[in-house]
Parts: sequence; structure tokens; C-alpha cells
Amino acid sequence: MKFERYGIGIAKGLRVTIKHLFHHPVTVQYPEQRLNPSRRTRGNELIWDRTKCTGCATCAKTCPQGVIKIITSVSTEENKYVVEKFEVDTGYCIFCGLCVEACPYEALFMGYAYERAKYRRGELVQANEMLGASPERRPSGYMHPEIAAQLPRQTLLLERITEEE
Amino acid sequence: MALRTEPFVLNVGPVHPSTHGVFRMRATLDGEVIVNIEPVFGYLHRGIEKLAEERTYSGIIPLTDRLDYLASMSNNLAYVLAVEKLAEIEVPERAEYLRVIMVELQRIASHLIGVGSFLNDCGAFFTPFLYMFREREKVVDMLDMVSGQRLTYNYMRIGGVSQDIPDEFLPALDKFLKQMPGFIDEYDQLLKENEILLARAKGVGILPKELAINISASGPVLRGSGVKWDIRKADPYSVYDRFEFDIPTGTVGDCYDRYRVRVEEMRQSLRIIKQAMEQLPPGAVRSEVPHLLRPPVGEAYGHIESPKGELGFYLVSDNSIAPYRCHIRAPSLINLTALRDMMIGWKIADAIIIFGSIDVCMGEIDR
Repeated sequence: MKFERYGIGIAKGLRVTIKHLFHHPVTVQYPEQRLNPSRRTRGNELIWDRTKCTGCATCAKTCPQGVIKIITSVSTEENKYVVEKFEVDTGYCIFCGLCVEACPYEALFMGYAYERAKYRRGELVQANEMLGASPERRPSGYMHPEIAAQLPRQTLLLERITEEE
Repeated sequence: MALRTEPFVLNVGPVHPSTHGVFRMRATLDGEVIVNIEPVFGYLHRGIEKLAEERTYSGIIPLTDRLDYLASMSNNLAYVLAVEKLAEIEVPERAEYLRVIMVELQRIASHLIGVGSFLNDCGAFFTPFLYMFREREKVVDMLDMVSGQRLTYNYMRIGGVSQDIPDEFLPALDKFLKQMPGFIDEYDQLLKENEILLARAKGVGILPKELAINISASGPVLRGSGVKWDIRKADPYSVYDRFEFDIPTGTVGDCYDRYRVRVEEMRQSLRIIKQAMEQLPPGAVRSEVPHLLRPPVGEAYGHIESPKGELGFYLVSDNSIAPYRCHIRAPSLINLTALRDMMIGWKIADAIIIFGSIDVCMGEIDR
């Protein structure tokens, strides 16, 4: 192969690299600095609203992994199902969000938080009260636009880069 | 005195940084020159085709995310197109446009990784790769905004898409469309004329036109060999017949041509997104589909032009809630059949570049 202008191409490329040297870094120092995740983020474990759940088990039928287990009993005086146990094995959950989408009573939510490491494997199987919402376990706006409107705006790299330049 | 020589078998992989996953090549070498190559795969086999036979039609969509994990949206689209063909489901206009926007964004993201890792294999160690990852991050941010996850989107549904785009999506997309051409120019400036890249990639790993057609290669591998074949034009699915775009092709079919085809395709994708954004109609994004879909007895094949080539889903229905058979035509696997013909006669260092230029994804090969 014959090269005529040897080195010109490399010099052109290096110019780009040197230009990048003076750009502001776009990375953040994670545990101290945090970016806002998407408002629809499908993070953390499922969040379950006991008051709205009727025990119809649509979520359990929809789940592709089969990780939702529901045990109900019949209450004769109120003439409806009572949910005795709602159990999710989050170790097998793939966070596809199909259960949230399928729930006809809006009793299921995906979580907004994203740090879900546990010390023991047994803690991954969560049932009843463990699945309720709390300040640490905020529901995300996935399939719930009214919740999405209250969550902070997602930080986009797209916007951060233009602001700095 | 002549030295007695004999062929030497070198094992590349399965755990090797330049095999893009868990791919193994058993190379028989004569000195440094490859005389035979034997691809070995199956290290990532999860049995997705079999698993699909016992899941409902909507439950398979998350499985397809895990095929070519760099282009989940494209996999979702290919699958839902096959189901819609099987069950004859109409898709709202807005959903079709959203699908096109998402899939083209995904093509940009996938090509950025394809090009970046190819340049990485060429020896431009991680500098271009990180620049491209930064651009990909913007695409991933946008897809995350829409679907809620960064890699396994699970966004397409049978009969539409899962949810409408949020309000902040279109301004972000507009900004991206303005920025991205400048960045593609920057990559061109970075390496297009680089003499080292030219010396390493030009004329290396030539895939002749006839051979490319004979092995039914598709995607940038086929187009790099100079064949003007793109399913978006040849058999338009979704609303691709309404957009204006070109099919970039190479001339020789070497690694450099395949790399150029990918870069040019990113520009064409931007063109498509721009047109789709302008034409985006209002309305519903999802048609009413029964929860447990039971398509009529029959079979259907839905195929799309995924970033890596022709991705097809062949579904057979027996009128139950799960498909009787689901076969996946993975472009990476079919393109990989050219590997042996492209590699023989080249040195072991070139083998890495040739493999990188095919841009395979192991999740798709092993399934």
C-alpha cells in the first residue's frame, strides 16, 4: 500500500483528541453525586398497594417468569377475596413491568430507587408488608403518568453537555 | 538446512476481550498465517426458542430483549411484527411512527458500539470507543426516558407500543438530531483518514459479492460487499415506505467498507428520524388486543432490518396461548458463516479485525 501524505490523517485525528482534552468531564462521582433516573424507571422491587389489590391474580398470570405468588381466602360477610399472601421472588424477577401494565386495579408499581443489593438471598423473596410503599421505596411512573408528573426531571447527558459548552 | 514446520492450533476465546462475548475460535496456524479456522459457540445458550414455546405471546417480548442485547428495540419490533401478521392485528398510525423512531435510534446506538469496538480491535485503544459510548449514552438516556430501562426496553407491544412518549422526549430528540451530525463528522475526522487504520483495514478480509449473497449474509456485511439490499426498501414493513433515505454500500467488501457503511447508515438513520418526527401524527398508541392472545392456526414470518442484518421471527400457532414453535433467524449467526472464507490466508492479528468488522452479538448467536 502506498501512502502519499503520511501522518496527515494521524495529525487530524490527534487534533480531535486534543480538543477533547479541554472539555469538561461528563462523568459524575457516583456515591456522592447522583443523577436522576428516568421518571418511568423500572428499578428496585415491586411496590404493592394492599388496599387496592383484590387478589384477582392477573399479575401472576402475566408474569413471564412466574415469580408472583398469591394466596387468597374467601370472606363470606364481605363477599370478596382477601389476600393472605402476596409474594414476589425478586431474585428471579426480570423487571419487564408486564404485571404493572396488566393490573386492572392499579395496585402494582415499579420502584423508583435503584440500589437493591441484599446481604442474604432469603431477603430477595418479599411478601406482604415488605412490598408496601415507603419513603425509601417510592413508586416510579411506569404506566402511571400521574406519579411520573411528581417525580424529578431525568438528568440527560444531552442537556448536560450543551450547558457546559 | 530447512526447518521442519507443522501447523499449530491456537485457541482464541471463549473468554477473550476481542471476541465480543463468549465466542471461541480454534485457529490452525502456519507460522502466523491462518490456514483453518473453526468457530465454536454455544457458551451463552439459554434456549430462548424453547422457552418461547411455553410463554404467552406477550410474555415472549421480554425474552426477545435478551437476544441481541445491544439492539433490544429491533428485536421487539421483529417479534411483534410476526405476531401481528399471524393474528392480523392493526397498529395505530402513531405507534408505527414511534416504532420507527425508536428502532432508528437503536440502530445508531448499536452501530456506535459496532464501530467503536471495531476500532478498538484495530488498535485505537479505547479512545474512539469512549467517544462513541458517550454518544450512545444520549440515545440510551432517551430510550430510558420512554421505556424505563436502559438495555432491556420491552417497549413494543402486540398492536402498538406500551406507552406514549413523555412530553420531554421530542425536545430531547430534536436536540440530539442537531448535535449528532457534528459528532459523526468528528469521528470521521478522528479516524477516516488515519493511515494506520487504512493499512490495517483496507483490503483485509474481503468478502466477495457472490459469496456474500450465497451465504445469505445481510446488513452492513452484505452492503459492504456492494450489494444494495436493505429490507426497509426491499420489503417495507411498518411505515418505512414513507421515508426518503439512501442505502450506503461499499465497493470491495473489506473491513474498511463495512466500517464506512455503518458510519453512513447512522447519517441515514438520522434522516429517517427527522422525517418521522415531522410526520408524527397524534392519536392512540395501542390497539385493543386480548390479554391472552390466541392467534388462528397458521404460521407467519416477520422480518426487519436490524442493525446487524435481517432479523426474522418465524412463528407457528396452534390456536393456544403460546406459540407452537418460535424460530429466530439471527443475522449475527448467518453473517458469521463468512468468517472462515474471510480469515483464511490472513494473520492472527487480522483475524481479530475481521471478526470485529462483522459486528456480532453473542446473545443472538447462541440464543
